[in-house]
Amino acid sequence: MVKNKYLYMMLTPVLLYFIIFHYFPMYGSIIAFKDFNPRLGIGGSAWVGLEHFKDFFGGMYFWRVFKNTLMISLYDLIFGFPAPLILALLLNEVKNALFKRSVQTITYLPHFISLVIICGMIKDFTSSDGVINDIIAFFGGERVTMLLEPSFFRTIFVSSNIWQHIGWGTIIYLAALSAIDLEQYEACKIDGGGRWKQMLHITLPGLLPVFVILLILNIGRIMSVGFEKIILLYNPTTYVSADVISSYVYRIGLQDFQFSFSSAVGLFNSVINFALVIGSNWISRKLNNTGLW
Amino acid sequence: MRVSLGEHIFRVCNTLFLSALMIVTMYPILYVAFASFSEPALMMAHKGILWKPLGFSLETYGAVFSNPMILLGYRNTLFIVIVGVALNLLLTSFAAYALSRKTLQYRKQLTLIIVFTMFFSGGLIPFYLLVRGLGITDTLWALILPTAISAFNLIIMRTSFEAVPDALEESAKIDGANDFGILFRIFLPLCKPVLAVVGLYYGVSHWNSWFNAMIFLQDRSLYPLQLILREILIIGEATSMAEGASQDEIIILGETLKYATIMVATLPIFLVYPLLQKYFVKGALIGAIKG
Repeated sequence: MVKNKYLYMMLTPVLLYFIIFHYFPMYGSIIAFKDFNPRLGIGGSAWVGLEHFKDFFGGMYFWRVFKNTLMISLYDLIFGFPAPLILALLLNEVKNALFKRSVQTITYLPHFISLVIICGMIKDFTSSDGVINDIIAFFGGERVTMLLEPSFFRTIFVSSNIWQHIGWGTIIYLAALSAIDLEQYEACKIDGGGRWKQMLHITLPGLLPVFVILLILNIGRIMSVGFEKIILLYNPTTYVSADVISSYVYRIGLQDFQFSFSSAVGLFNSVINFALVIGSNWISRKLNNTGLW
Repeated sequence: MRVSLGEHIFRVCNTLFLSALMIVTMYPILYVAFASFSEPALMMAHKGILWKPLGFSLETYGAVFSNPMILLGYRNTLFIVIVGVALNLLLTSFAAYALSRKTLQYRKQLTLIIVFTMFFSGGLIPFYLLVRGLGITDTLWALILPTAISAFNLIIMRTSFEAVPDALEESAKIDGANDFGILFRIFLPLCKPVLAVVGLYYGVSHWNSWFNAMIFLQDRSLYPLQLILREILIIGEATSMAEGASQDEIIILGETLKYATIMVATLPIFLVYPLLQKYFVKGALIGAIKG
């Protein structure tokens, strides 16, 4: 009898799933180097080498989508990423358990609302007769249809992300906070350290490993900003600030059916992403011995 | 304990800030709720912040529930969620159990093969071509099979299975149980909280997903709720919903119809939320422990 035969029976459908739905598309991405013809299939289509990559890098939209991808991700990283950490630090100072739980319950909630609804709400609230414009008009400002203004896109994108996920993001930090040894705080107090010193020397170092791991994961996602949200929110007038690599892939590939060209763009994106994860993990291992692996 | 003045000020500011945050988080949701119960005509004329429903009317809810597309969308989504989550939990627990057994040869390598997919993907177009090649487009399977397992949830579950004492498995083996028996009779009942969290994650993601439906479904009778919502909320076809109404009525009704639709589509999540909230923290934490 084969040892562990039942375990292999369990693993078979699982491995089949990963091979079919994850590894096969990786193989399929070789159409980025081919002139894909659906009739000939992935294997049968003719090789064209790096032609699609050259077209992309030399094309008029390369800098636009590249810049937008980086800008939106960086804004998200600078403003969105530390937000849950700050909220967790503030929540940690709350002594009233009921108040603390209320803040948590309410701020977790938007995390579960669907993207389509979130974007529907954004569209409604930012329209020229929406609540936000009502408030602006009340203070004497000018009404603007914000989703038609390229200059507003990134702010809307990032701030609504913070609104939706800030509470959820605190869970992990709060757990890390509760794992910090209370005796360390006592020791710091005895040494004359006030609140601020305690936070600087005990709390923040205690949160560092979690922070670094999340940072690596986020850096790995820099090139793949939530494109579903972008597709829902952008329109041709805001492409100039909103179109990112992945939304470009979607448009060129699935709306214009240039399969090979958009695969090349997509592959470029995946490779950079992967390199970013590997790179940031390596740096973090060198610097403070924490990493994903 | 003596509380310094600085600390007092900090506490007051902190409480004020967190209260403001709660209001900012809740208000958009409350606005939608208030607007959905308002009289369409009053809502149409209204400008500025809403503090309560304007009048009270369930007219728009009537229009939402009598809309055949919404009902169909609901039905399709329910099918996807129920069948999808069942398949998700079955396969994820198989994988989690097998990969958590130390007797499994090549355990590390198999885990690596799976975890690698979290960081590298073939991209959208090859994925699209694959699903099309499998011939499952224009069936609900195109929304269920490609998301049958999430590597992230698999790791959450594997971590909790690893915490189960080995002795339980050994004694069950001596009693003649095979791995399937051990998984279903011992591990899953012991790990119910994690099963609930992972089930919730899967359920929410099925409930909320729209993109795969958009690219794989042509047949409108298969549309899940979110895709219908996209037409109403994003593309702005709210007016097409109020069949049989006059042009003026349609415009007036359209104003509140969006909000009622949002409420109806989010309600199930708001209802399960309090029941599962106590498990969130546990689930999110296990997920944070690296694989």
